[in-house]
This record gives sequence, structure tokens and C-alpha cells, in this order.
Amino acid sequence: MNPTEIVKRLKDSFPEEILWYRCFRNECDVTVKKEKNREILLYLKNTPSLEFDYLIDLTAVDYLGFREPRFDVVYHLMSIKHRHRIRIKAEVPEQGCCISSVADIWKTADWFERECFDMFGIIFKGHPDLRRILLPEDWNGFPLRKDYPVHSDLGDKEWKTYRELKEAARGWKDNES
Amino acid sequence: MNLENTKELIINMGPQHPATHGVLRLVLEVEGEVIKRCIPYIGYLHRGVEKLSEDLTYVQSLPLTDRLDYLSSMVNNVGFCIAVEKLMGIEVPLRAKFIRTILSEMARICSHLVWIATHALDIGAMTVFLYAMRDREKLLELFEMVTGARLTVSYPRVGGVRCDINEEFINELSDFINKFPERVEEYETLIDKNRVWLKRTKGVGVITAEEAINWGLTGPTLRGSGVYYDVRKFFPYDAYDMVDFEVPIGKNGDIYDRYKCRMLEFRQSARIIKQCIEKLPEGAILAEESPKIRMPSSPLKIDKNDIQFEIYVEDRNIEDFIKKFTDVYASVEAPRGELGFYIVCDDSAKPYRMRVRAPSFVHAGVLPKLCEGALIADVIANIGSIDIVLGECDR
Repeated sequence: MNPTEIVKRLKDSFPEEILWYRCFRNECDVTVKKEKNREILLYLKNTPSLEFDYLIDLTAVDYLGFREPRFDVVYHLMSIKHRHRIRIKAEVPEQGCCISSVADIWKTADWFERECFDMFGIIFKGHPDLRRILLPEDWNGFPLRKDYPVHSDLGDKEWKTYRELKEAARGWKDNES
Repeated sequence: MNLENTKELIINMGPQHPATHGVLRLVLEVEGEVIKRCIPYIGYLHRGVEKLSEDLTYVQSLPLTDRLDYLSSMVNNVGFCIAVEKLMGIEVPLRAKFIRTILSEMARICSHLVWIATHALDIGAMTVFLYAMRDREKLLELFEMVTGARLTVSYPRVGGVRCDINEEFINELSDFINKFPERVEEYETLIDKNRVWLKRTKGVGVITAEEAINWGLTGPTLRGSGVYYDVRKFFPYDAYDMVDFEVPIGKNGDIYDRYKCRMLEFRQSARIIKQCIEKLPEGAILAEESPKIRMPSSPLKIDKNDIQFEIYVEDRNIEDFIKKFTDVYASVEAPRGELGFYIVCDDSAKPYRMRVRAPSFVHAGVLPKLCEGALIADVIANIGSIDIVLGECDR
């Protein structure tokens, strides 16, 4: 089915919940309110002509400083029968950073939600086992948030060999340009 | 013996275990030989590829993707490039598309060879390992000839490929591909009539079609359960819509069917390479608008003419936001399954967010389901049959 038709059907069924949609490079994304994310995803999964039986991916994006609410939880859905894809985004604010889990609808969401919690600190309500997955259990902070630095200045504590290498690399760069 | 005092035993399998294909750790609660609970622990190879790429330009992020699935780095590179090309609206020249297809299929054969070698070794068939490594060596030499590297190739560029292939390479590849189907039969004679192999794989580790879809499996692991889904056919990229090939699917969803699917894929890959060599057109290998290696940090010029949107909420200044942050999702059929890249762009030369949808991550999640209720010996067979690479799983 054409992506714009899918959006139209979704809009007819949930007039209050859809905030906006966008189509770019033939991909449609629909942004919804987080309160009804389960109902919308179940509708997409169970409606006969849509049948999004496949959750390809679940992740989050941090728009710190660009938008309020800060996070987007992004669901990529696909239907094997109809061969179409859609992207659903649910807005999640920083205060009360939580959203309903979909791990009972798609088993694959179990680990994706754990990873999302690990990296962004978004709490998935109703998840059977929400723990850190990639990072150690005693890790501080959520690395993929935009206020988590990529480089940290360790000063004198930095490994000596690494500092020498960095200085050498800077030298090459200057020579080249 | 007093049976009242028996209790469940907890076995720690990994992270340093030769048969877990990397640093995967499984905590098994066993009662005798039967597994009651299986908890996988991953993350030992986490390098933060997604975070690192936010600090690098699109061109600089490319070598990071090599290090995801290091057995088929070519396919990772292609996946990333396709996502960025889609974002920037770059059309790849036809010759580059064919070259990418040839090398992607070579990577698939390489990766499946490592899989059959280690999987058979785990189950106890030693000889296949040596045969498969012999053929992989030839392919790695061919990779080195074109790209200068054996494993982490970084060969494609956004908008094409780095350098052209020559006559010598094509001749040697043709030789290899002509002989290859015979070689596959050789492996099959070593395994397929082996009674131990059949006992260890048939009817073990069964996943039904509905479960496989619900668990999000992709690639040969999904197709072994009889579901027809292949990114190359559903959402064609590169030259896959210009060549003729079949997608083998299994029926029972057990380890044997997954094995059979991959063995049939060997032949299809050889077929694709053969057709690509025949049809290889002349022409440029890099699009003109392709970004330079030293990508300027100034804002990108992205063609946003095809953007459409409609806002249903009032009193929010959201239009600028919608126009600024564009995102694309592109996926390729990696040897392990669907490898997807989701890129959010904020008009700068660095990705605002790069998300890697790794098939191994999803497949590792299905291990508890496969192992619980099975025997300890079958854990090894199951890990082999879903074919995970921990570099990709942990990113």
C-alpha cells in the first residue's frame, strides 16, 4: 500500500493521537503521542490490509536543545505480506521519561527496549526484564544522550602512549594541509 | 543416591569459549543434561560505534562499519553507503553498482564459508573446516587484489566505489566461480551423509514461521523456517534487480533446514557473480557529486524537494524542526540477515544519529528460546546455526 494511504487510514482511526507526518525519499514517518503507542501499533499489526507483522527496529533519538519533548522512540515496521514499511515515532519528554513496552506484542522488542534503556535511559513500562544490556551494570549515565561527551578530558591521567600518538597525528595533519 | 538433595547447577559458558563464536557469555541453569534457563550476556565487544560516528563526518564513519561484522565488511560498507546516498540523493553509476554486487556476494560466500567451517567443527566434523578455509583463502586474495585489504576493506565510497576492477581480477574470479559449485558439493558429501550430523541437526532447535517473524529473525535463519523474506528481492538495491536468482527457503525451521538454506545460497551467490561479470558495463565508478575524503564541515546541500509533511497540532513551532531533521532507513541483506542503517541528518557533515540494526543482536536474543528445554550439547549446535558475530551484536 502507498505510504500516504497508510497515514490516511491511521489518521482516520486515531484523529486525536497523530501529531504530524512527513514523507521524505518515499519513506513516511508518523509522530504520535506516547500515551497510545500500544493501541496504534496493535492497530497497524492487526488490521487486515496493513498487517505490519514485523518489527524491524526500535530505537530512540535525542533532540536536546532542538525540541521539547526531548526524545523520540522510533519504531520501524514492515509487512511481509504487503511488502511495505512505515516509521512510527513517539515523543517522550525528559521528565517522566517512560513509555509503554511492546515486548509482549513483538518478542524482538525485548532486547531492543533494553538497549534503548541502556543508551538513553528511557523506561519501558511493562517490560519483563529491564536491565542494561551492552554496558556493565554499574555504568553511570546514558551514552547516546547528546549531553554525554564523546571525548572526555582526562588531563594527566591519560595514558602516556596515547597522548604521544595523538600529538604525532596532529603533526601529520598540519604537514598535509 | 539421595534424590531429594539434587539441585540445579549453574554453568557459566563463555565469554572465553571456543564454540561461542566470540565473546558471548551464557549462564545456563541445568538439571542433569537438560537446560532449565539460559541467560545470554553480551556487550563485551561494545565500542560505541553509534556514538563515535556522531563525532565523525559521513566519510570518516565508513571505516567504523567495517568493524561491525568483520567477516563480511564489504556488505556493511555497502549498507552504510546506500543509506547516505539515499539521504543525499546521489545516483550511483551502473558500473559501480555491479562491482558492489560482485564484491558483496564474494563477502557472502566468505562469511558462509567461515560459518560452515566453524559450525561443522563445533558439531564434530573436522575436515570441512580445512576445505572451507582453503576456498576462503582464495577469495580473500581476490579481495586483497582489488581493495588492498583482506578483511576490513572500506572499499565502497558514498556514490560508488574507490577504484576500478581489472581484467586479471575478473579472470581469476571467473575461474573460482566456475569451480565453486563443485566445491559446495564436496562439502555436502562430507556432511550430508554423515549420520552424526543428521542426528545432531534434524529436529533440533525448531522455530516455527510465526515465532520467527515475532522474534524478528532475518536472513537464512528466518528462511529456514519457511518465510520468504529477502531484502534483495523485497527492496532491491545495487544491481540485484538486474540479475536473476532464487531465494532458497526451508520448511521445518530446524538446524538442518537453516544449514540447507545457506548451502543453497552458496550456489545462488555464484550465479549472481557470474551474471554480474557477464553484464558488467563500462563507465564511471564514482558519482560526480560524491563527497570528497576530506569532507568539509560546512553544511551539506541536501535536496529536500520531495519532502512533504502535514501538521495536525496547533501552536507549536514545529515546521522548522521537521524541515531541518531528515532521516532515512536503508537496509541490505547481509550474510546474517537484514542489516539496517537509520541515519538522522541535521544538515551538518556529521550524522546527528546513526543507528545500526544488527541481525546478530536480534538473533542472539532468540537463544534462550532455542536452548531452554534442550540438552547442553545442542546449545553449541544452536549457536552455530543462528550464525552470530559478536562484533556486530555489540557494536
